[in-house]
Amino acid sequence: MRPSEQLTIIQPSRGWRALQLGEIFRHRDLMKFLIWRDMKVRYQQTVLGGLWAIIQPLGTTAAFTLVFGKLAKIPSDGIPYPLFSFTGLVIWSFFSQALNGAVGSLVGSTQLVEKVYFPRLVLPLASVLRGLPDLGIAFACLLLAMLFYGVGLEWRALWVIPLTFLALIAATGVGCALGAINVRFRDVRQTMPLLIQLWLFLTPVAYPISLAPERFRVWLGLNPMTGVVEGYRWALLGSAPPSMTIIAASVISSVIFLIAGLAIFRRMESTFADII
Amino acid sequence: MTADGPWAIKAEGITKRYRLGVFDSNLRETISNSARGLARAAMGRKAPQGADEFWALRGVSFEIPPGQIVGIIGHNGAGKSTLLKILARITEPSEGTLQFLGKVGSLLEVGTGFHPELSGRDNVFLNGAVLGMSHRQVARQFDQIVEFAGVAQFIDTPVKRYSSGMYMRLAFAVAAHLESDILLVDEVLAVGDTEFQKKCLQRIAEMAHDGRTVVFVSHNLTAIQSLCERAILMEKGEVRADGPTRDVLQSYLNRDRTGPSSQCRWSGQDAPTNGALTLHAVRVEPADGDPLAPLDVTRPFRITVEYDRARAGVGMVAIRLIDATGILLFDIANPAASFEAGRHRESCVVPGDLLNAGEYRVTVTISDENDDHTELQDVIAFDLADSDRDRRGWYGKWEGVLRPSLAWTLDSLP
Repeated sequence: MRPSEQLTIIQPSRGWRALQLGEIFRHRDLMKFLIWRDMKVRYQQTVLGGLWAIIQPLGTTAAFTLVFGKLAKIPSDGIPYPLFSFTGLVIWSFFSQALNGAVGSLVGSTQLVEKVYFPRLVLPLASVLRGLPDLGIAFACLLLAMLFYGVGLEWRALWVIPLTFLALIAATGVGCALGAINVRFRDVRQTMPLLIQLWLFLTPVAYPISLAPERFRVWLGLNPMTGVVEGYRWALLGSAPPSMTIIAASVISSVIFLIAGLAIFRRMESTFADII
Repeated sequence: MTADGPWAIKAEGITKRYRLGVFDSNLRETISNSARGLARAAMGRKAPQGADEFWALRGVSFEIPPGQIVGIIGHNGAGKSTLLKILARITEPSEGTLQFLGKVGSLLEVGTGFHPELSGRDNVFLNGAVLGMSHRQVARQFDQIVEFAGVAQFIDTPVKRYSSGMYMRLAFAVAAHLESDILLVDEVLAVGDTEFQKKCLQRIAEMAHDGRTVVFVSHNLTAIQSLCERAILMEKGEVRADGPTRDVLQSYLNRDRTGPSSQCRWSGQDAPTNGALTLHAVRVEPADGDPLAPLDVTRPFRITVEYDRARAGVGMVAIRLIDATGILLFDIANPAASFEAGRHRESCVVPGDLLNAGEYRVTVTISDENDDHTELQDVIAFDLADSDRDRRGWYGKWEGVLRPSLAWTLDSLP
């Protein structure tokens, strides 16, 4: 065997570090296999299999419809309340699963982290991307629901692609930061259910943003999911278009979350194997 | 030992510190510690250092030329595993630089990433990806991997239904087909039955002789001795010895022993005496070749006794050889003869291919014609290292007190 002239230099890293996207690209096969493994394993020995991807948002929709739609009579921008909340819950479920997965990804792969080298970012990234097929299934279900309620698709529906990407980078940013901190402090894992619940109520999923006073809306927009959920409803259901300030605030905050999350992750990465 | 020529691995001043004590176990402590640190920094004071630090490695440097097979030995806690983890890029050094020329593959464990719910086939691809192989590389070698593991029949069965032996075989088979220029191997071999260990070691030897650079960390000194041309002895996080395997093993084994060494010398008043005979030295050394080379089971060795005779006459020097379990192997005296007065050296040779490997102690008895004798118990001790003679790829502990080389004959009967 002839040694390929590939030089690797390892030195202690201090402070903030570069992303090493090339290194992640070189490990794309690993990322692919991790995603594939989790998808394959997740529904093994379950009766309902992939149906679980829609049971979660459907069940929550039923509960929301009963509590917020029927009892609290929350307005829904003139859209049937079940469709209104289901649309929001489809993308919210993706976000919350991606976030939860990314936070637990490192501690959940202790064996890999302790025994094999690979850029650790592969783990949270795989956890986030793993939610996309489930989102696809739930989305198909959403299209059926729209058909049922007689809501037609328009060209603006294509906006769900960049909006989904926005949810994805927000989940990646927050997930990487919290996932890295979770290696050191398992307190994070304990906080997640509460955090996700609070976040859900701060996001206009069960209610329209028009319910919030005008001057608060920009602040709500700083939650990336506000822009995403409002945008989803506008693109698919034709509700009132979200204001540009809200979208702009959501885009900016997502990017900041992403940059800060990756920076925190890279900074803490070197100690993972020692303290996990 | 540093090579002047090209290198495949070059380590310079590798240091690894762990912080103890200040390892905050909860968030509150960290916040208060960070606040204290900030306050200190603000006032221009330095944080206290040293007391809470544990140095797992301290200034480790070496160069390994391409194609060399190097064994890393040392006691538990000597820093072997930390060094391997740094080489494998699992953890970072605190200081120092490490350079590799070529693709690095590491086997710190077999079956990393195996998922019990997945089939053997799926796990082969998954584990290949974990070890850094591309999908294509695994696909190309898939049939060989399955054949090596001997699980072809069950390749589509979830591995949770495998016996532990099948599981280990499949896991090792993937690792055994790792393609890399540099291979880092931990004691993955300490698992499975004897037959499996033998197969693993044979495969590692094969991989090593492929021209790869191999770093092999193990407690199995026999395996190190027969696989590696060079050994690095780690002690308390530092390189204590580095050189040809035999020399390093010898210094490791010598360092290991707390009792007497392989030679003993007296002078003046201290010299043991019975009036007629005064001992000056007792030592063990190889009977041929380099007197400093380590003793092993295949080489004859010489036991030498130096003494002074006060007067001419008959005298006796007897040697007892006792093994580590206390078994007396022999008790042999010199042939009776008349001697002049003065300094003498008397020695006998114990043939090679006779004793088994292990630690031995020597008791010397001197007596004069009146049978007035002095016994020196366990005056020296030495190790006979194992050898790969007749081992055929097996590296376990050889049973038995003796390990003679016997003359075998084979006749074909009609």
